Amino acid sequence: MEPVQLFVTCMAENLLADVLEKMVGLLERLGVQCEFPADQTCCGQPFYNSGFQREGREMALRWMEVFAATAGPIVAPSGSCVEFVKHRYPLLFPEGSPERALAVRTAARVRELSQFLVGDLKRSDVGASFPHRVACHSPCHLTRGLGVRTEQQTLLKAVQGLELIDLNESDTCCGFGGIFSVVYPEVSQAMVEAKVRNIAASGAEVVVVSEPGCLVNIRGGLAKMNSTVKAMHLVEILAAQGGGR
Amino acid sequence: MKEPMEKIDFRANVQQASPAVIAATRNSTRTALRIRGDVVHAFGEERWQRLRQAGHDLRLHSLTHLDRYLPLLEERVTAAGGRVHWAADAAEANGIVREIAARHNVRSIVKSKSMVSEEIGLNHSLEAAGLRVYETDLGEFIVQLAGQKPSHITAPALHMTKEEIARLFREKLKVDARPVPEELTELARQRLRPEFLSAGMGISGGNFLIAETGTLLIVTNEGNGRLSTTLPPVHVAIVGIEKVIPDWESAAVLLKLLARSTSGSKITAYNTCITGTREAGPQEFHLVLLDNGRSRILADPIARETLLCIRCGACMNICPVYNNVGGHAYGGVYQGPIGAMLTPQLMGTRLAGGLPFASTLCGACAEFCPVMIPIPEILLHLRHRFVEGDACEGPSVPGLLKAAAWAGRRVLGSPSLYRLGGRMARTLQAPFRRGDWLPSLPAPLNRWTAARPFPAFRGDFRSWWGKRTAAGSAVEPGTGRGARP
Ligand code: SF4
Repeated sequence: MEPVQLFVTCMAENLLADVLEKMVGLLERLGVQCEFPADQTCCGQPFYNSGFQREGREMALRWMEVFAATAGPIVAPSGSCVEFVKHRYPLLFPEGSPERALAVRTAARVRELSQFLVGDLKRSDVGASFPHRVACHSPCHLTRGLGVRTEQQTLLKAVQGLELIDLNESDTCCGFGGIFSVVYPEVSQAMVEAKVRNIAASGAEVVVVSEPGCLVNIRGGLAKMNSTVKAMHLVEILAAQGGGR
Repeated sequence: MKEPMEKIDFRANVQQASPAVIAATRNSTRTALRIRGDVVHAFGEERWQRLRQAGHDLRLHSLTHLDRYLPLLEERVTAAGGRVHWAADAAEANGIVREIAARHNVRSIVKSKSMVSEEIGLNHSLEAAGLRVYETDLGEFIVQLAGQKPSHITAPALHMTKEEIARLFREKLKVDARPVPEELTELARQRLRPEFLSAGMGISGGNFLIAETGTLLIVTNEGNGRLSTTLPPVHVAIVGIEKVIPDWESAAVLLKLLARSTSGSKITAYNTCITGTREAGPQEFHLVLLDNGRSRILADPIARETLLCIRCGACMNICPVYNNVGGHAYGGVYQGPIGAMLTPQLMGTRLAGGLPFASTLCGACAEFCPVMIPIPEILLHLRHRFVEGDACEGPSVPGLLKAAAWAGRRVLGSPSLYRLGGRMARTLQAPFRRGDWLPSLPAPLNRWTAARPFPAFRGDFRSWWGKRTAAGSAVEPGTGRGARP
C-alpha cells in the first residue's frame, strides 16, 4: 500500500492537534504509512464560501501545487475540506486549462478518513475498544456533500463494547457554517443549542462529531450548556484500545 | 416591497422574532415535513428522485425557451377570448390592474393567494386608489387582518397559533371565536361570502401557464381560488413570466411534485384550469405577465435556476435557519432559502446582500427542492456578487472586509507566515485563556464567544511530527507530549 498524504486542514492543525496525532497513530496501526507535506496551508474554502472567490482560487492553486509533488491518497479528518477539494476545485478553473486538469487529478485523490478506511482499506473493524454509549452527529458536508452516509456507523458498530444509540435530528445542521457563525451569531447559537438539547436527550455519554468545525462548535455548545456529554472526533474513538473516554 | 426599498438587516430582524413565533413556526414545519416524508416514502424514493429530475429538466427547458412558449401562450390565451398584458415591472403591473378596475367601476376585489401580488405591492397600490381588497386564502386573510406580512410562501400565517388567531378574530371581526380551527375557518368563510358575491373583480396568481392550450393553472387547498376567479365579472391573473410550461404532460409531472412537497398530498384539493373566457365565468379574463427583473435573472447562467422554483415551500420547512428565525426575518416577500436566493436578485445585493449569508450551506434545502435547484450553489454565487461583484452588479462589501481578506490570503497563502500565525495565536491567547477554553474574545471574534466558548489553541502538530520523524516514530500519538504549547 502506498503511503497516504496527510491533509491536516487549518482548523484541525490549530485547534485539534491531538485528533491529527491520533489519526496518524491509527493509520500506522493499520499498516498505512503517513507522509506530511509540510508546506500545506489552507485549502481556500473559507475565502470561497465568504464570497472571496478570487482569493479562494489562488489558495486552491497553491494547495494543489504542494500536493502535486506527492503521490497516493490524500486523507483528511474533515468531510468539508475534502468536499471542497473534490467538488469545487475542478470548477474553479476554465475547462481545458492545465489547472483544471491538475484539479481533476487532485480531486480523484482526496478522501475523508472514514471514507478511506471503509472504501479504500476495506476495513470496518479497526481493532478499537470503547465501552461507552455513543451517539453520532451527521456532519452536513460529509453526508450530503460527499455522500459518506454510512461509513461512520459501519466503523462504530465494529468497535468493541461500544453501544451506538440514536440521535434525534442527527442530520440537522449544528449551526457552524463557517462565516455564518460570525455573521449571524444569534442564529448559530440557537442552532447549536438545539443540537445540544438533542444530544442531551439521547442519553449518550459521548457524541461523535467527525468534522473539525462542527466539533469545535458542538464542544463549545456542550460546555456553555454545562453538559457532561463529551464530543469526540471519530478518530479518537477508533484510536482507543484501552477503553478510556 | 415596491415603495422606497429599505436595506434588509437580517441580524436585526432575527432579534425581533419572539420565542412564541419560532415555536409556532417549528410546530407547523415539523408537521409539514412528516406528512411530506410519508407521501414521498409511499411514492418510492427512487421514483421520487426520477420525478424530481424530470421536473428540473422540464422547468429548465421551459425557462431557456421562453421565447417560444410565451408567444405561444399569448396566442392561445387570446384565441380563447382572454387578454394578455406585458408588465416590465411592479409599477406597470399595478397600473394595468388599476386601469382595468377603473374601466369596470370596480369598488371591491377578492383575491386568491398570490406571491407575485405581494412582490409588486398590489394591495397597497389598489387601496391607495380607493379600492377594497379582500384576501380570501385563510392564511392571507388572517395576516391581512393582523396587518402583518406572510411568514411562509404557502402557509402565510404559519407563525401564529390558533389561540392568537381566535383573539384576532374576536378583536377585529367582533365575533365570538374559539381557538378551534374548523370554527375559525367557518367564521372566515361567513365573513368572506358576501365579498365574493359583491366583488367587481377577482385577482389571482397562477402556479403554471400551459402554453399549448393557453391555460392558467391554479392550485389551492381551500377552493377560494375557484370562487375568486369565477364569481366576479372580471378576472385578472398576475403571473411571473417564468411560470410558463410547454404542455399538459409537463403539468402532470409538476403537479405531482408540488402537491407532495407543499401539503404532503398526492394531489392538491383544488386544481383550477382557466382557458380564456368561459360561458359561465367572468366576462373578461386578463393575464398580466410580469417580468420585474426576471429576464435579468435569466441572463445569469448560475443564478437563473432560481426561476425554476415552483413555490412549494419545502426548502423553508426543512431549513434549520428558517426554523430558528421565522419568516419575517427575511424582510421580503419570499422567506427561507428561496427568499435568501430570490430577494437579493429582485432587490439587488446592495439592499439584500446579507441574505445569501443567512445559510450554513448545509444543503438540506437542495435535497428537498422538488425541482432540484442547487440552492447552496446559488447562495455562494450571490455571496460572490456581493463581495467581488459580477456582470450583474458591482461589489457591495465594505472595504475593511476586503482588506481583511487580502491580509488573510497573504498569511494563509504562505507556509512561513501561516506557521508564524499559529505560533502567535498560541502566545496571544494567554490573557484570554481559562483552561481548555477562550470564553470571551475581542471583536470581531466576540461574535463567536457570545454564543459559545472558543477552544484554546492547543498542541503543535508540526513540532510533534518533526520530533517524531527525528526519533523514528518514537513519540506516541495523542500522548499530550506534542499536545500542549
Ligand atoms: S426553491 Fe425549491 S423547495 Fe424552495 S420553494 Fe422553490 S421549488 Fe420549493
